[in-house]
Amino acid sequence: MIPSTFDFAPIWLTLRLATITTLLLLLIGTPLARWLSRTQSWLKRPVGAAVALPLVLPPTVLGFYLLVMLGPQGPGGHLTQALGLGLLPFTFAGLVFGSTLYSLPFVVQPIQNAFEALGERPLEAAATLRAGPWDRFFSVAVPLARPGFVTAIVLGFAHTVGEFGVVLMIGGNIPGATRVLSVAIYDHVEAMEYAQAHWLAGGMLAFSFLVLLALYGPSKRMQESKS
Amino acid sequence: MSGICAHFALTLGKFHLDAAFDAPGRGITALFGPSGSGKTTLLRCLAGLERAPGGRLSVNGEIWQDENTCLPIHRRRLGYVFQEANLFPHLDVCRNLEYGWKRIPQAERRVGLDQAVELLGIGHLLERNPAWLSGGERQRVAIARALLVSPDLLLMDEPLAALDQASKADILPYLERLHDELEIPVVYIGHSPDEIARLADFMVLMAQGKSVASGPLKDMLARLDLPLAHGDEAGVAIDTVIGEHDESYHLTRLDFAGGAISVAQAPHPLGTRVRLRIHARDVSITLERHGDSSILNVLPVTVSEIADEGPAQVMVRLDAAGAPLLARITRKSCAVLGLEPGMAVYAQVKSAALLA
Repeated sequence: MIPSTFDFAPIWLTLRLATITTLLLLLIGTPLARWLSRTQSWLKRPVGAAVALPLVLPPTVLGFYLLVMLGPQGPGGHLTQALGLGLLPFTFAGLVFGSTLYSLPFVVQPIQNAFEALGERPLEAAATLRAGPWDRFFSVAVPLARPGFVTAIVLGFAHTVGEFGVVLMIGGNIPGATRVLSVAIYDHVEAMEYAQAHWLAGGMLAFSFLVLLALYGPSKRMQESKS
Repeated sequence: MSGICAHFALTLGKFHLDAAFDAPGRGITALFGPSGSGKTTLLRCLAGLERAPGGRLSVNGEIWQDENTCLPIHRRRLGYVFQEANLFPHLDVCRNLEYGWKRIPQAERRVGLDQAVELLGIGHLLERNPAWLSGGERQRVAIARALLVSPDLLLMDEPLAALDQASKADILPYLERLHDELEIPVVYIGHSPDEIARLADFMVLMAQGKSVASGPLKDMLARLDLPLAHGDEAGVAIDTVIGEHDESYHLTRLDFAGGAISVAQAPHPLGTRVRLRIHARDVSITLERHGDSSILNVLPVTVSEIADEGPAQVMVRLDAAGAPLLARITRKSCAVLGLEPGMAVYAQVKSAALLA
């Protein structure tokens, strides 16, 4: 049985964080992926490398810099204060900001790959059929890159759910505001509340497995039906 | 100003394009030249797919590009048929056809869905996914899709290049119907002289990024200063009218200003306009009209020009009441007959191919 003292708040908070982060990532990541897929600027390599940084950096490094940048003494902190947003560290908004950065490559790269595989030719055909730039992007590029978007959404969401280091560094552990699932598990273990930790950890394990199964399952079946 | 006036200069890496032509505002204009001569680049410039600042293009009086204007691709009223059909894989054939059609105002729709479907014979394919079409079917859908935006100019980049011989033969009649039934000017990149002789009315010859010469197809095919009038494929195209069917010998007589030519019986009714292709290798010259030859087709002609064709042969251009003919004969025959420009002789046409 689920312990009567079981706290559902971290689960809802995590889902809210992952949903908002994924939506933000689609808004930011799609144009960024589009640009990366077709630009011939020298900036392509440095920007691509910067986007990929969270893949290799320990999350605590990213979290540490974010904390410094967005803190009261940091340039980001000055900016958010000047804009009347207050300080982001140890708030839900700060979590969203950190998660967005941290999950960026998981969203940008699949979409970028999909756009690159697509090439310019279908878009050229659309242009000769009277479709303006936005029109051909939404009527041709996005539908043809759909598998890339699906992968991006699933990975972006799941990765945000699973993160720990950045969240702990920039969000801390404020119940109801920044105490997400992964942090809650850590707390329970620290407090020797293994029953609660089991429920959360087991839930995460099942969730992650199902997500990956959904991601890899259909594409396998599609390949079979094609051959 | 009517017609298609184009001038584009562009550098892409090591390739320089500098091409200009004035082509008539109706009929099919062929861009012809060896691969790498810039045909596709020029066509892409016409469409706006290649940005060429400083280029000029007007289509039947409407300026698409000059010093001050440069319409983006989707504002140019053109249709474009790519070498590979380039259909949208996420849409079925019907939605592919509707894609451009839906995007033009109703008042501008001169080609109806049913008309395009019928013209290209694709009615049975409408529900299919492009992935399940044959190469020829795909290209026919692509042509119909381009026609459905009711273009003022149709651009076709080697629409037959990716197809096998059977699919080519499958599509050519549709292209001819297009030519005969719609008033849309076409700029067409073709890769074989025979294909172009069959379809085109006007020709722009390209070499190394430059437009070398342009003019009506019939003149271009017979110009001895151009490479087209040399080699094994050299030959002219003559527009004729079906004059008589000879049922007893299964022959059809084709009339044109320069005389009449008989060919194996054609299915067309009397009065149909058909195009004949006569290769230079199938024409010989005599000084007198011989009644005792097996060759049926003997035309009175005038020698207009003689040019070298390798060490042993010469290419002779003949004039049959305004229609040029080419004859490839040996240098020795030329000397024995004493051929000179201005001489009246007879051309014996051993075979002629009906193109449509």
